[in-house]
Amino acid sequence: MHEQKIPLIRLAKRDSMEPWKVWCIRGSSFLAAILLGALIFLLMGNNPIAAYGTILSGSLGKKTAIRQTVKLAIPLLGTALAIAPCFKMRFWNIGAEGQITAGAMAASYFALFWYDKLPAPLLLLVMGVAGAAAGGLWALIPAFFKARWNTNETLFTLMMNYIIIGIVKWLQGGPWEGRPGSQMIPMFDSAAVLPKIFGVHCGWIIVLVMTVLMYIYMRHTKHGYEIAVIGESENTARYAGMNVGRIIMRTMFLSGGICGVVGFIVASGANGTLYDGVAAGVGFTAITVAWLAQLNPFAMIGISGLLAVLEKGADTLQTRMAVPASISDIITGIFLFCMLGCEFFINYRMIFRGKHKEVA
Amino acid sequence: MNALLLLIYNAVLNGTPLLFGTVGEVLTEKTGNLNLGVEGMMYMGGALGLGGAFYYEMFAGQNASGFLAVLIAILCAFLGGAFGALIYSFITITLRANQNVTGLALAIFGTGAGQFIGEYMRTTSGGYVAISNHLKSAFMTSPLPAALQNIPVLGPLLFQYNIFVYLGIMIAVLMGLYLRRSRSGLYLRAVGESPSTADSAGINVTRYKYLATILGGGISAIGGMVYIMTIAGCVWNHEGLAGEGWLAVALVIFCLWRPVSAIFGSILFGALMILYLRLQLPFIPDQIYKILPYIVTVIVLIFTSMRNSKDKQPPASLGLAYFREDR
Repeated sequence: MHEQKIPLIRLAKRDSMEPWKVWCIRGSSFLAAILLGALIFLLMGNNPIAAYGTILSGSLGKKTAIRQTVKLAIPLLGTALAIAPCFKMRFWNIGAEGQITAGAMAASYFALFWYDKLPAPLLLLVMGVAGAAAGGLWALIPAFFKARWNTNETLFTLMMNYIIIGIVKWLQGGPWEGRPGSQMIPMFDSAAVLPKIFGVHCGWIIVLVMTVLMYIYMRHTKHGYEIAVIGESENTARYAGMNVGRIIMRTMFLSGGICGVVGFIVASGANGTLYDGVAAGVGFTAITVAWLAQLNPFAMIGISGLLAVLEKGADTLQTRMAVPASISDIITGIFLFCMLGCEFFINYRMIFRGKHKEVA
Repeated sequence: MNALLLLIYNAVLNGTPLLFGTVGEVLTEKTGNLNLGVEGMMYMGGALGLGGAFYYEMFAGQNASGFLAVLIAILCAFLGGAFGALIYSFITITLRANQNVTGLALAIFGTGAGQFIGEYMRTTSGGYVAISNHLKSAFMTSPLPAALQNIPVLGPLLFQYNIFVYLGIMIAVLMGLYLRRSRSGLYLRAVGESPSTADSAGINVTRYKYLATILGGGISAIGGMVYIMTIAGCVWNHEGLAGEGWLAVALVIFCLWRPVSAIFGSILFGALMILYLRLQLPFIPDQIYKILPYIVTVIVLIFTSMRNSKDKQPPASLGLAYFREDR
């Protein structure tokens, strides 16, 4: 029979889907992630409901806890914003980790050596600008080679991370070391620390403002349009007369610049000093945040908040229920897998054997 | 002469975990899958490999055999990595999600899982996970007869390594032969270069991608176990693997996707990693030495893209999902 040759499931691309169906799929994948996480808690011998309850109360239960959670969400959101234009352009910048570190390093230079020469507001401004410039320049290097010789940017930006982290390690144990032998850079002067608003350093305001600006930039400016065209088809952009190489470099400078600002915020606001782990994996996690948000800046607020809740909640879980805090990475991973996988059901349609009527 | 011998010996030793990680990732990337989760898979391999040996000894007690412990550790590590790679394969090959993002998610998941397992073993076994010296020697000393090891110069240069050095070189050579000389290897490379061409030639693209990615992930994960059991001294510490997996991703580029070159590349990277201990130059601090492998990789990356010669490029479809109906 002819019927036998048709595979059981065939796939076709879907043009569009009603929004409510899309949200049903996303909702159920979220639920699936929660259930898988619950399974892990069960295997560990913990009550999953109590565990999730602890995560929630530990991250959102008290005012101080909420502040901690917001503090964790700030760099995630900021970096996800930075990554959005690159990924829109299909330029796989996975060097955010390094760009954050570069920005933090440049900001720290002014915090450590200029704090008595400039008034406080100006000092912070200079630190921010220096951070942006350093992050931008660090990102510009791989962008230049991509534009000129089409050098693979995924691997190039990845390597750049470890180079700058190594440099900070050297500063930490060498020229910038505080007490000899401590392997630590001294704490910043109070003039170089970001002021607090509602108990959290004011980085959250900077990041929220950047969210709005990035939305406008991506949706309503010529630059944003050019980025979108290159992402869809580089050749189309070229035929339309766009200077692709220049746009790549410009966008990467912007992306690295925002990462640099995040580095400044983290060093000055959260840590009050510089050390080699300043980025702490944020550069990688933020990529998944940006991607899951479909590069929509406002959706990033929600997702970075969710991941921050998981991370802070897992800390509480460790102290209260003696579950290792690395459980947060596991659950984050499961969550990411589910959300990444569910896009398939939104983009593709499965056709089962035997069903011949075409679905419009 | 003696200092040089020692440098080479330690370079090989430090390069071996990288060799496993790299060779596994080469196999994966040759089918067009860029799995950035190597670090995660190596973490899982490290934790599970140590766990396998640890619980085996607990179970077998005094008469635990070293050979069996090594075998169990390899198996556990392999399964851990293969499991991670299976998740990755399912999401990128079947569900066609973005490879970069999925790989990073696997890196996050794997490091978390590895840390978690390591911490869990530590808390449940009274704060310290380590195996006895008797078993340690099975992991850390040479399996070859003493007569060979005692040959001057050649002994330390060739015969005094632990079993994983020889295993790693064997796997690399076999994989090089497989990819270059066998029909199946040709098919596998075809899948990585142009999946649609391979598909129309009747090659089962999905099966090749799945098998290569899972096998590659397992091999990479063995590297994590080797790191924990030889360099870190059979103990789970909080530092874990310290970026070993990312270095393996770098080494894949450095060796231009050739398993046999990976042997020399891993020795070179191993040397660069420990050079600061052996060859102290004034004005060059330790930390700057440690970034040398990455700088070297960047330079190789730039030169290969500038030269643009055909046989030194990444697999053409690297990082792209394949969808048959796409045109």
